[in-house]
Parts: sequence; C-alpha cells; structure tokens
Amino acid sequence: MARVFSFLTATRGKGRLHWTDWVSYSYLIIGIFLMFGPVIWLVLSSFKTANELDRFPPRFLPYAQETVEVDGFEDPLLAFTVIDGDLTGEVVGQTRRAAGRAEIIVPSNPDERIRVTVDQLEPIEGISFATENYTDLFERFNFLRFFWNSTFITVTATLLMLLVNSMAAFALSKYEFKGRTSVLLIVIGTLMIPQTVVLVPLFLIVTELGMFNSLWGVIIPGAATPTGVFLLRQYMITIPDEILDAARMDKASEWKIFWRIIIPLSAPAIAVLAILAIMWRWNDFLWPLIVLTRTENFTLQLALNSFQGELQTDWTSLLAMTVLTLLPIAAVFMFLQKYIATGIASTGGK
Amino acid sequence: MLNIISAAMRVIEIPMLALQRRLGINRLAWAFLLPNLILFGLFAFLPVILNVFYAMTGGDNVLLADRPQVGARNFATLLDCQNYLDVNSCREDKFWRAVWNTIWFVILQVGFMVGFALLTAIVLNRDIRARGFFRSVFFFPVLLSPVVVALIWKWILQREGVLNAFLDWTGVGGINWLVDANWAFGWSVFISVWAHMGFYTLILLAGLQAIPRDVYEAAMMDRASAWRTFRRITMPLLAPTMLVVLILALIKGVQTFDEVYAFTGGGPGTATTFIIQYIYEEGFAGAPRLFGLAAAASLLVAGVLVVLTLIQLRLSRNNVDG
Repeated sequence: MARVFSFLTATRGKGRLHWTDWVSYSYLIIGIFLMFGPVIWLVLSSFKTANELDRFPPRFLPYAQETVEVDGFEDPLLAFTVIDGDLTGEVVGQTRRAAGRAEIIVPSNPDERIRVTVDQLEPIEGISFATENYTDLFERFNFLRFFWNSTFITVTATLLMLLVNSMAAFALSKYEFKGRTSVLLIVIGTLMIPQTVVLVPLFLIVTELGMFNSLWGVIIPGAATPTGVFLLRQYMITIPDEILDAARMDKASEWKIFWRIIIPLSAPAIAVLAILAIMWRWNDFLWPLIVLTRTENFTLQLALNSFQGELQTDWTSLLAMTVLTLLPIAAVFMFLQKYIATGIASTGGK
Repeated sequence: MLNIISAAMRVIEIPMLALQRRLGINRLAWAFLLPNLILFGLFAFLPVILNVFYAMTGGDNVLLADRPQVGARNFATLLDCQNYLDVNSCREDKFWRAVWNTIWFVILQVGFMVGFALLTAIVLNRDIRARGFFRSVFFFPVLLSPVVVALIWKWILQREGVLNAFLDWTGVGGINWLVDANWAFGWSVFISVWAHMGFYTLILLAGLQAIPRDVYEAAMMDRASAWRTFRRITMPLLAPTMLVVLILALIKGVQTFDEVYAFTGGGPGTATTFIIQYIYEEGFAGAPRLFGLAAAASLLVAGVLVVLTLIQLRLSRNNVDG
C-alpha cells in the first residue's frame, strides 16, 4: 500500500508535491472512475441473475442464492437459514412458498416437511457468476448469425479497402501522369461528402445494384475512403524511388513492384489503416440500419439496437450481448493501443 | 488466408502485365486508380448529383424516373415558417425542432467536449506518472460502438439503476432521467462527450507536446507566473490545433445520430431528435417514404458541412503543410 501511495504521489525529479499535482491526480482519478466505472458496472451486471438485476438498490458484485441437494428431489432446493423458532441456525431447503408461508425440509431428515412463516427464513447467498446469461444467447437468439455477419462485413470490407486504397495511393505517389492533381482534388472533394448526407441516392444505387438487404451493400460503398488513400500516400511518398528503379532493371512488372515491394514497405501505415477500418466497420450503425432490414442479415450492432426495443425488461440477455459486442474491440485495443493512438492522431479520425 | 491472398495477387498480375505492355508504365497508373475511382464515382459523386434531383421530386418511389417533378416545393415545405424562432409556426415543425435541437446540442457538446479535452490534455502533458496508462483511460471509450455506449448508460440511468440507487441513498431521491425531456437532452450531451472526448484529447496532447520546451524554460527564467505562461505561451501556440479540433468537432457534432438514437430513440417526444435522425425517419423509417424531403434536408446539411470542411482543409494545410 505504501508503495502504491508513493507511486501515485511521486513526481518526476521534484521532491515534494505542489498543490497543482494534487489537483492533477485528483482529476485523473475521477477520470478513471468515470471512464472505466460504467464499463465495469456493465460487465459485473451481465453476470447477475434476473432476480439480482431486479434488486433495488443493486449490489456491486453478482450474488445468487445458494441451493442444497435433498434426497428425493431431482432439482436442488433454494437454501435458507432459519433465524427464528425451533430450528434456529439450521440450513434448510425450501420446497414451496405461498402467501407468506413456506414449506421447508432439513436435508438430514428429507421425509419431514415443516411449515414456517417466510420471515423466519433468511436466504443464503454467495457470489456467483450467472454464465447462463451468455449461454442463453446462443440458444434463444441467432447470436452466432449476427456475430458472423459482423465478422464477415468487417473482414471483407477491411481487406477490400486496404487493396483498393493502397493501389490508388501507389498510383498517386509513385507515378507522374497527366491528371494526377485533378485526381488528388477529387479525393479531397470526397472528404466533404460524408455518407450521412447522401443517404437517399446511395440507397437507390445500392438497391439498383441488387445489394439491398445484402451484406455486400454494406461492404462495397465504404470500400474507398479518402482518409485511407491519404494516409497510405503520405507514407508511400517516403519510399525512395531508387528501389523501384532497381526492381524495374530486374524486369519486375509494375504489379509485382506494388505487391512485393511497396506493400511490405508500407506495412506500418497499412497496419494503422487496418485497425481503423476494423473499428469503423465493426461499430458501423446508420448505413447498415438502412441497408439491412431483415433480421437474419443484422449485424451485432443492429441486433443489439433492435433487441433493446423488444426486450425492454430482459436486461439479462441485453447486458450479456452488449459485453460480447464490445469484447472484440476491447481485445484489439489491448494489443494494439499504440498503433490506434498514432493512427487516429495522424488521420484526424474518420 | 495468406495463401489465398497471394494466389489472388498472382492472378491479378496477368491482366496488369498485359495492360502494362499496352499502356506503358506511367499510364498504368490509371489501372491502379480505376477501382478507387469507380467506387468514389458510384458511391460518392453520383449520389451528390442524384441528391439534387431527389430534392426536386416528390412521391415515395425510389426510382427517379417514376418520381414527379415538384421543383423547389420540398425546400419550400421545409423552410415554410411564419417565424423562424418559433417552431410551432412552421409547416414542417419536426424539421425545425430537429434543427434547433441539433444547434443546441452542437453548442453544448462541442463546448464541453473541447473544454474537457483541453483540460485533460493539459493535465496529461504535466510531469505525471503512468501517462500512457492515463491517456488510454480517457481514450478507450472512443473505440466503443455507439450502441454499446448507449446501452451502458441506459443501464446506469434506468429508473432502478445504480445512479438512482445512489441518489436515493444520499436522500436526493431518484429521477426518471430519460423520461424527462431536459434530462434526456442533457444526458445525450453527456454520453456524447464521454464517448468522443478522448479523441480530441489525443490531438490536443500532440499539439501541446509540439510546443518547444525552451519557450517554457525562457518563461521560467523570466519568472512568469503559471497563469501568464499559459495565457501568453500555451494558448497562442496551441491555437491552430485548437481551431482544427473545434471544426472537426463541429463537423461530427452536426452529424450526431447513432449513440443518441440508440440511447433515447429521439425522445421523449422529439426532445433529442437531431437532423440526421429526421432525414433517416423521413426517408427510411416511416411510410410513406418521403425521399424528396429527406434529400432536400440532406442538401441543407451538406451545405453546412462543406463550408466547415473547407475551413478545416484550409486550416490544416496552413498547419501541417499538406
């Protein structure tokens, strides 16, 4: 504890804490609480049973009532401690409960059923993770289907985007040709037209191409992004032309130069773009909402959104599904956060 | 997976090589550009042009040929107000409610977000321990999907949620947050700031770190107070970054839809319906599908965004030099 404290309070170089250091650290600690707190609360809640979720005020950790096995009963009985009357202190199982009265059994004497009032009993509870919230998802909903749709869209769209954008970036960085400036201007021009303001005509085009209610209708329209072209072009410009010339002397085709030399050398920029693309596609919402209207085509985001309407009270499934939806992104973040930060800072977002 | 990709690349090489022989090396550039240009053309430029035609037709047919010409009637419908400050006097009052909601939302959201992002960036730029860790703490909500953000906060704010439990415990008493129009609006601003602040913090932090140390050292030699140093050095040197951040935040703010739609559905009533949701609902969610009205509203939004983007491009060119 002392070490934690000295870690938190030490400042680099200076010996004593200035009052501004106190303010800074308090701010950061409130920050941790506000930023992480809600997600931790979501994850803990997703492991609670339906009864526990209904409980008000809620408890921090997931509790569930324990059960006892009693001879003669197939299912385990809910466990209680008797707090009043002859049996005070005994652990008993409950067989029935109605109108303020309960029928209980002492496990050591399974034949005798005893009637008590409900206020003589106190439930025995322990921390328990209701993993059935998660397993139920696979049984009650077509969860794997949504997961597959999201994954398919994310993977295909990312690969397509990387290929198409790196080809364009290669052309714009390594060739001198008439019209290069105009192409660059066109690319900049598309920056000004976000998808959100051309929804209606985009919908027409996608419908006309037969991609309405098809995963391809989500994948293809977003495959060429000005951000991607720019990011890759800026990087490819720094690759020296001499390498290309040397390859041309060896009679390598232009495509081979692109594929065998430019792509491997641009790996850092491509990695950044890949991470951004995965993030955008996995989290995409408005356009899939318009293109995919049939439940079997839903992505996880759409499924989550439509279930929150249908399952207003069924938070058990909803919370578990939310956790599973954020899990892949959380994993990507944990392993690649350095790239994500630099990538986002260098592209200025979407 | 890698095998498939490299096989595919070898297949593409055959036509590309044939093209190279016919076109020569420099004109081959067009072959590399082609897929991108087709996609841009089909899904970015063509829609912009078609949008204008949609805006001038009526009916609920999606095919342009089947749509009756109505001239500027869609715009007239949208803009028909007795008094522009009173939404109830407008013919399409839902549009104006969305417009005013968006304006208020953008003012509050951008203000709070950029303010807190600046504060956080300044704190993170100090000599603190574990800066990388704290930076990720503020950044990670950026990665969460809008629906997840909405559900996380809905769960906290629901009537029997943890926030109300806390308020009960302190004696203030619970509030039905998302049923009250003002609270729903306020929380929409809050979750939006919560979700996106980290991104702007990152950019501002990079801007702060680009300020040369020796300027601060010179100020210290002159015994300038901390406040004076901030006013006279940090602020002016950070101003270009600040402007880019502001414009970017405005561009994104105007387009806010996902998280608020999943959070409140635009309600209660129309309290949190923003302009993109209006477009979505007119064009896609309801029947009849008023594509013309949606397209006309899109054009108005596009106009605002184009102006903002031009400013941004200008600023970032002065700033980063290309």
